[in-house]
Amino acid sequence: MNVHTQPATAAAAPAPGKPLWQPALVQAFVKLDPRQLMRSPIMFVVELTAVFTTVLCFLPQAGVSTAVAVQITLWLWFTVLFANFAEALAEGRGKARVDSLKGVGQDLMARRQTADGLFEMVPAVGLRKGDVVRVEAGELIPGDGEVIQGIAAVNEAAITGESAPVIRESGGDRSAVTGNTQVVSDWLLVRITTNPGESTLDRMIALVEGAKRQKTPNEVALDILLIGLTLIFLLVVVTLQPFARYSGGNLPMLYLAALLVTLIPTTIGGLLSAIGIAGMDRLVRLNVIAKSGRAVEAAGDVHTLLLDKTGTITFGNRRCSAMYAASGITAKQLAEGALLASLVDDTPEGKSIVEYLRALHPMSEPARGAVTPVTFSAETRLSGIDWDGHIYRKGAVDAVLRFLGLSRSHLPDVLAREIDRIAKDGGTPLLVCADGQLLGAIHLKDVVKPGIRERFAELRKLGIRTVMVTGDNPLTAAAIAAEAGVDDVLAEATPEKKLARIREEQADGKLVAMCGDGANDAPALAQADVGMAMNDGTQAAREAANLVDLDSDPTKLLDVVQVGKELLVTRGALTTFSIANDVAKYFAILPALFASVYPQLDALNVMGLHSPQSAILSAIVFNALIIVVLIPLALRGVRIQAANASQLLRRNLLIYGLGGLIVPFVGIKLIDMALTAVGLA
Amino acid sequence: MSTTDGLLIVLFLALFLAPAPLLGRFFYRVLEGERTWLTPVLRPLERVSYRLGGIDSRQEQRWQQYALALLMFNLVGLLALFLMLLLQAYLPLNPQQLPGLEWTLALNTAISFVTNTNWQAYSGEGTLSYFSQMVGLGVQNFVSAATGIAVLVALSRGLSRRSAEALGNFWVDLTRATLYILLPLSLVLAVLLIWQGVPQTFSAYIDAQTVQGGTQALPLGPAASQIAIKQLGTNGGGFFGANSAHPFENPTALSNLLEMVSLLLIPAALVFTFGHYVKDLRQSRAILACMLGLLLIGIGVSLWAEWQNNPALASLAVEQGASLEGKESRFGITASVLWSVATTAASNGSVNAMHDSLSPLSGLVALFNMMLGEVVFGGVGAGLYGMLLNVLIAVFLAGLMVGRTPEYLGKKLEAREVRLLVVTLLVMPLGVLVLGALAVSVPGPALAISNPGPHGFSQLLYAYTSATANNGSAFGGFGANMPFHNLMQGLAMLLGRYGYILPVLAIAGSLAAKRTVPQGPNSFPTHGPLFVTLLTLTILLVGGLTFLPTLALGPMADQLTLFGGH
Repeated sequence: MNVHTQPATAAAAPAPGKPLWQPALVQAFVKLDPRQLMRSPIMFVVELTAVFTTVLCFLPQAGVSTAVAVQITLWLWFTVLFANFAEALAEGRGKARVDSLKGVGQDLMARRQTADGLFEMVPAVGLRKGDVVRVEAGELIPGDGEVIQGIAAVNEAAITGESAPVIRESGGDRSAVTGNTQVVSDWLLVRITTNPGESTLDRMIALVEGAKRQKTPNEVALDILLIGLTLIFLLVVVTLQPFARYSGGNLPMLYLAALLVTLIPTTIGGLLSAIGIAGMDRLVRLNVIAKSGRAVEAAGDVHTLLLDKTGTITFGNRRCSAMYAASGITAKQLAEGALLASLVDDTPEGKSIVEYLRALHPMSEPARGAVTPVTFSAETRLSGIDWDGHIYRKGAVDAVLRFLGLSRSHLPDVLAREIDRIAKDGGTPLLVCADGQLLGAIHLKDVVKPGIRERFAELRKLGIRTVMVTGDNPLTAAAIAAEAGVDDVLAEATPEKKLARIREEQADGKLVAMCGDGANDAPALAQADVGMAMNDGTQAAREAANLVDLDSDPTKLLDVVQVGKELLVTRGALTTFSIANDVAKYFAILPALFASVYPQLDALNVMGLHSPQSAILSAIVFNALIIVVLIPLALRGVRIQAANASQLLRRNLLIYGLGGLIVPFVGIKLIDMALTAVGLA
Repeated sequence: MSTTDGLLIVLFLALFLAPAPLLGRFFYRVLEGERTWLTPVLRPLERVSYRLGGIDSRQEQRWQQYALALLMFNLVGLLALFLMLLLQAYLPLNPQQLPGLEWTLALNTAISFVTNTNWQAYSGEGTLSYFSQMVGLGVQNFVSAATGIAVLVALSRGLSRRSAEALGNFWVDLTRATLYILLPLSLVLAVLLIWQGVPQTFSAYIDAQTVQGGTQALPLGPAASQIAIKQLGTNGGGFFGANSAHPFENPTALSNLLEMVSLLLIPAALVFTFGHYVKDLRQSRAILACMLGLLLIGIGVSLWAEWQNNPALASLAVEQGASLEGKESRFGITASVLWSVATTAASNGSVNAMHDSLSPLSGLVALFNMMLGEVVFGGVGAGLYGMLLNVLIAVFLAGLMVGRTPEYLGKKLEAREVRLLVVTLLVMPLGVLVLGALAVSVPGPALAISNPGPHGFSQLLYAYTSATANNGSAFGGFGANMPFHNLMQGLAMLLGRYGYILPVLAIAGSLAAKRTVPQGPNSFPTHGPLFVTLLTLTILLVGGLTFLPTLALGPMADQLTLFGGH
């Protein structure tokens, strides 16, 4: 299964066996361990408060019945548990996928080369960077590395989901191999390039495991702000007692603890980690590995996308799109000649010609074994077959003319005109000949991927410019750029030009994303703010990039941008919601808290809550339950649609800002009615 | 309320808002050393100042150097003023032979004037010599305001420069702000006030025969010059104890209007100066709209509250129009309310009515204005940099919702900036809540409170809020001059001043060093009605959430005790 092309089904498919929430429930308790909870400072404060109120339950308190004290304490613990549950649930979704891979890697043995050139068997987990291992057909590659000798077919289904084996060989752009993939033929000598704990698989795991996860820069900043708010509310609550004493009252400690927990941003504090993990999980589902969360966040900020033309904007290979017969040649003659000349040509271009003609002019084809193939060589730059005493050839215009001993001026006018037009349109003209006679021209064309134009338009609305990078000449490049609807073109691109372009954009303060696979892309990948390498590319590229696409599909860069933005929006929406909630909580708790000091403050009880106890309890219950209610949103993420910033802001402010103000008034009132009805308060 | 009242409000708003764009542009030009019509007169003076101070005006400073220069300058000013007040008996221009101040009061006063707070735990006419007033307080009135402008200018440069290390030169900014902005405006205002009858003399107090046959000492002094900078520099420290409720400090309706307008004049104009720095006046208009909105809400609530009948008097056979007790009858309700809102909004702290006598609700408005951290126009320079901190918080909280990491004017807000923002957020709670709680917890300090119940609590709350917010206005009725309050409020004032200035300069330095992300339709919009609303709500929410419980125990309980059950 190719996960990328069917993300919807992948996301919807439940993990086989037990549902995800069961282990998450257990994990929620395991995560109560303060050492783990320290990573989420807000929840750590709630846990400390819960411990404190648990102790208070055993001490008699003026004005608070034990029943209310126990309930408040329980709900404080629930608050922590709910937050833990959210994180565990988010982890579970990602881990379900990773665990199956992890199992494969256990107990794997590797054949490591020793200093004297012999091989010894060692556990794969002990392999270090620089070790050289030999992998035979049928064996699993013990770690990420680079092929230094040999050529083999490798089945990478375990990582990419793609079942067709791929060729891996030393040198060139296809030399990188991934751990836990299987060599299905021949053998490879692999130099391991990662230390234990740094492999692709380890990175995948680290992205979706709360305890190991590295917080992203914005998450760190938000954490600081949330801690700051917590500190402020701590000061507010702690100083309230002396003020109340001055005013001739005494506030129950338990109520103050409840006030603290309702005021500090528990909603976002409890869900922050889950949001981060779920975002990374969405990335993992896309089969993209981020080396750091920073790259994913940066993807949301990207201004400019540098996209390779080939493979991203157009199908990687040119396709046959039309034929032009020379004068005196019938269409059937040309079709037969072209088909035969391409019959054994296994390049995508050749195949596209055969495909095109089979549909247009079906004919009886000779068996492959009956013909003498002439393969493409750098010298002749022609390919074709010899069959039944006839010679069929096709190739670039100059090559065929040379083969026929003609000069350019011998070309019939009609054909010459067509060839010029093909070139001007960004296509590639080929000539076909049979037995020394020119049959006609083939129009090979870069075909722009369907839907890509709409995709670019969408990106433009989000403020992202797309730049097409191609080695083509400016004329050809412009033709394709116009068809694909990109904003700018970098033609006749060299790695140096690419790098210069990135630096130029960055000098203007812009963030740049690009993808690449070749070794010469490495500097540009490293320079870009978001660099995505193809998994089947070189190790150099994979190391320079901060994202690796396991499916080697450059279009995924667009999905990564989307994931990055959704991650940020979700975080912002829940932060806003969480802080806006506090208004209603104040109106619930303050009159209740000061009921003994200034009964006239009951005028602030706008919700008409039943009693001070029920008011405080309702606020704390709402505070805990809202976390559960928002878990689906945190895991799914807030969807963003193509709109400018003002529209996005207006919409999200209305939903999460205004909603955050209103929802708790309704929620607390309902909970108060329910609690009163069942007699709990 | 009559038509005249309405006219007064409109006139007041028009007079300080209308000149703001032009004045703001002028400020920008003089601060950046561009040539203006004042240059021929003042440029030689500026050059002499640099030569005397040994300052190379082209030498720019990094934020640490800038902050160090500022701190050293303020420290020297503080020590000099402290000594001057202690030793006032031995210094000239002391016709009343006033003795030196007790050391805690001297320290409190020195801090108060250096930090642009102008909290006065004393009465000017009975405590300070003309020398102390003019050379001591007068100088600080100018340079403390100029310090605020300098910090704002540094922050504006931080936001507008790209990948830069330096923020400008503190000495240059300080000199230009004093010479080109504060001096000329003060001169104009002082002359206008003298015309209206404010004394400006070195002669001793006059003994007058009263109608009842007794004698009364009429205090005089170089008041007009002091009052001009007191208003323009959002200092607020009155020449006389009764501040601008005193007939010599504020003799006529016109002088009242002029003084009211001048306390918001520079803060409003600086909003446009900022716009010129960042080359985007839309930012200025958005910030001004937010400030104006908050000011109008405050004025509206206060006016409504003051024009209510007092239910405590409802059963008596008296005709009630409005609560005039504690207000200067020469000005009436509207002028008093306008002043009380403007002075607390602007971190000025001068008063023309006793805030102790405001209705609980307008007292709450005054308190809340200060609790917001003095960002509704606020102190000269200080108000706007405080407001910009709120802008950064609003952008950080809501900015994510457009799908980008938060940025303001192309500058990314990252962990370092947020850490510094949090420090500034903690200033008001620390000064008001922690020091306030301390004051009510230990025996003794609460004796300063002169009323029982929630109103008495408001007095104390007001005193610590006023000090921390560097406002300096007094609620009245709070006997502040005791060593505990002198020292603790001194601490609150230092906290409220440098707890903002240092993080702001650090933020400025860190923002200046960043590259500037280009702004487009997909950047977070920091102008337009949507952002103004967001900013306003953020300010109210952050301030409200921090102080609602304490306000409930003070003015809210006060109000509900008064009106409860009706």
